[in-house]
Amino acid sequence: MQVPLSWYLVVAAALFCIGLYGALSRRNAIAVLMGVELMLNSVNINLLAFWRYVEAARGSLSGQVFAIVVITVAAAEAAVGLALIIAVYRNRHTVDIEDMDLMKL
Amino acid sequence: MRELFFNLVWLLPLFPLLAFALIVLWTNRNRLLSTWIAWIGIGLAWILGWIILGLTWQDIHGLVPPEGGYQVWMYAIPAGSTMLKLGFQVDTLTSIMLLMVPFVCLMIFIYSKGYMNYGTDEVDPLYSRFFAYISLFACGMLGLVISNNFVTLLIFWEIMGLCSYLLIGFWFDKSYADPKRITPKEAGLKAFMTTRIGDVLMLAGMLLLYSQTGTMTFQEIFSAESLHHLANTYAFPGMSWATLCALLILGGAVGKSAQFPLHVWLPDAMEGPTPVSALIHAATMVSAGVYLVARSFPLFLAGGSEALSVVALIGAFTAIFASTIAVAQNDIKRVLAFSTISQLGYMFAALGIGAYAAAVFHLIIHAYFKSLLFMGSGSVIHGVEHGHHHVHHGHEEEEFDANDMMNMGGLLKRMPRTGWTFIVGALALTGIFPFAGFWSKDEILAEAWNEFMHGSSAAIAPSLDFVVWLLLAIAALLTAFYTGRQVFLTFFGKPRTEAAEHAPESTGSMTWPLIILAVFAAFLGLSGTPWANQFFFMIGEEAHFLDFHLHHADFNATVALISLGIAGLGWLGAWLIYGRKPLTEMVDPLRKPLGPVYTLLENKYYFDELYHLIIIRPALWLGNACARFDRRVIDAIVNAVGRFGRWAANWLGKAIEPIIDAVVNGAGKVTTAFGEFMRATQTGNVQNYLLVAAVTVLLLLALFLIRG
Repeated sequence: MQVPLSWYLVVAAALFCIGLYGALSRRNAIAVLMGVELMLNSVNINLLAFWRYVEAARGSLSGQVFAIVVITVAAAEAAVGLALIIAVYRNRHTVDIEDMDLMKL
Repeated sequence: MRELFFNLVWLLPLFPLLAFALIVLWTNRNRLLSTWIAWIGIGLAWILGWIILGLTWQDIHGLVPPEGGYQVWMYAIPAGSTMLKLGFQVDTLTSIMLLMVPFVCLMIFIYSKGYMNYGTDEVDPLYSRFFAYISLFACGMLGLVISNNFVTLLIFWEIMGLCSYLLIGFWFDKSYADPKRITPKEAGLKAFMTTRIGDVLMLAGMLLLYSQTGTMTFQEIFSAESLHHLANTYAFPGMSWATLCALLILGGAVGKSAQFPLHVWLPDAMEGPTPVSALIHAATMVSAGVYLVARSFPLFLAGGSEALSVVALIGAFTAIFASTIAVAQNDIKRVLAFSTISQLGYMFAALGIGAYAAAVFHLIIHAYFKSLLFMGSGSVIHGVEHGHHHVHHGHEEEEFDANDMMNMGGLLKRMPRTGWTFIVGALALTGIFPFAGFWSKDEILAEAWNEFMHGSSAAIAPSLDFVVWLLLAIAALLTAFYTGRQVFLTFFGKPRTEAAEHAPESTGSMTWPLIILAVFAAFLGLSGTPWANQFFFMIGEEAHFLDFHLHHADFNATVALISLGIAGLGWLGAWLIYGRKPLTEMVDPLRKPLGPVYTLLENKYYFDELYHLIIIRPALWLGNACARFDRRVIDAIVNAVGRFGRWAANWLGKAIEPIIDAVVNGAGKVTTAFGEFMRATQTGNVQNYLLVAAVTVLLLLALFLIRG
């Protein structure tokens, strides 16, 4: 018996909500980044699920390609984000995101 | 080959125009480069012009050019219901003008280098600018002769008017001790204003033509049906549109060619540098008026005897009127100026009696010998000035007039090249066989006589033909007299001042153009002899579309002998009075016997004074009156309005100040309060922003779901 599409979507939605909650509620900047990663990955699940159920029969590769692009972007985002956090840490000795409000003076 | 060159005809005015732009924009500081650019510009135009002339020449020997000449269309401007077509054309009249214009211009350009003292300490400070101006002028003249419509013709006509103004006033900072003597600045203004009177009439004529025919091109206006329409519809009772337009266009020609009563500007235009006098006031611009009448000749024919009689009478009267004045002038250039006016009168008279080919022939010949005479006189003045500097080394003393012939004498020995070429020009001007002027002037007189004897092909009355012939013959006598006087006073006898005694010959760049032009002045007439009249042959080809039997007077030995005799008589008189016994004192021997008549002639019949009295004075009075009215009445009203406005504004300001303040301050306060409120949303905390974004997305999603 095949797993229905809606299950995947439920998993993805749950993952997205967890990621969103993490990104919104954690004070540690690294944890926020992790939340963002979760959200991105939930989107990947959605993309692949829809691809598998809707597009794959036609021999298209678009869902997989899309997902790979998202992973690439996520990697780049993580690299830039971590670099920023390290830079902030070196200057201010904190990774608490609530302290990072220098833009508002 | 033929089409190629004819299609390139628009390059003719472009070459000098480019030279003008180059000199003005970039090479102004480099005198030698500017000179060469100007020379190359006009030189290219000359080569192209003579190639086109040669091709036209071939054409009329083989195939006849299309009616109205070869047309090159450049632009079409939408004008209401019609298209205003602009372009250029090559026909026989254009080609014949191209025989003269670029070549004479080139000679004058070369001459200018020496005249403006290139390479000496006395070089003119505005040397490069001079070459720029004359290049622009050449552009104007070349553009004029190749225009095929009244619009571009007017544009180039006005370019020439502008250049004339700029060049007459070229030495604009010059002033004289004698307050009555006109300065170059004033002379330029006078020329511009006087010709403007004619130009306004001409513009009116062109616009009326446009309103009647709906086109500006010569080809269409001068077509048979258009002329028929113009000749048979009436502007006023008894005056057809053709007559009216012809007379208005004649007004422009009269202004440009300095015919009576708009002749007053030309003598004063002599205040400009001599090459300018030669270029503008002898060879090219003044002949533009004659060219315009020749170009519009079909219109004058359609205008009938009224139009043609006016042309003939103005021309003949001017011819004799100006030549009498020339007899009593002492300024070497002014004599030539009046001679020019008189010779242009010949051309108008010739056009008036229907001697179209003779008029154009004389136009070309005259340009050659008159530019020669002018440049010769410039060379003389230059020499006398240098002699004067040589004698009075360094110290400035009382004003010395280098133009005054009374200060000259015996210059043939000092300046042989200038002298002999001047004499050739003088013989050509007076119509001595076989110099060029003989053939052209004789042809005009012969045509007039022929018209009188054998009835006319053109419409003017035979009695009028006789009057024209008589006036022109007397003018020929006077011409020979004053020219002889000029030659004897300037070149023969003994030097009457030390300056003349030490005058050096001019440099090569001045004398070579004189020599070349002298060759043309001597032999060019042979192209228009009554037996093999190439000019008539060329112009005659055009006549078939003029719908006019262009006749050609056979050689009339009697008339030729009469005119030759008249000229000889004039020279004899001049020799008896001025040549036989060289002058010793500096007073004209005619002053005593002629008495008041001489004074009248010397003062040019007091026309300047008359115009001053009846035109300039009232105009100034009117201007002053208007200015007073302006200052007293208009200014008072304006000031009162201003004062009232200020008072009202003050009062109103006090009244509504609290309201305005409240509104302005209120707007500020509201903005500040709103800003304070919105400031709270900008926490600087990234998680807040993210939350707002997430909630917004959710809300949008909810909205989307609810609305389906």
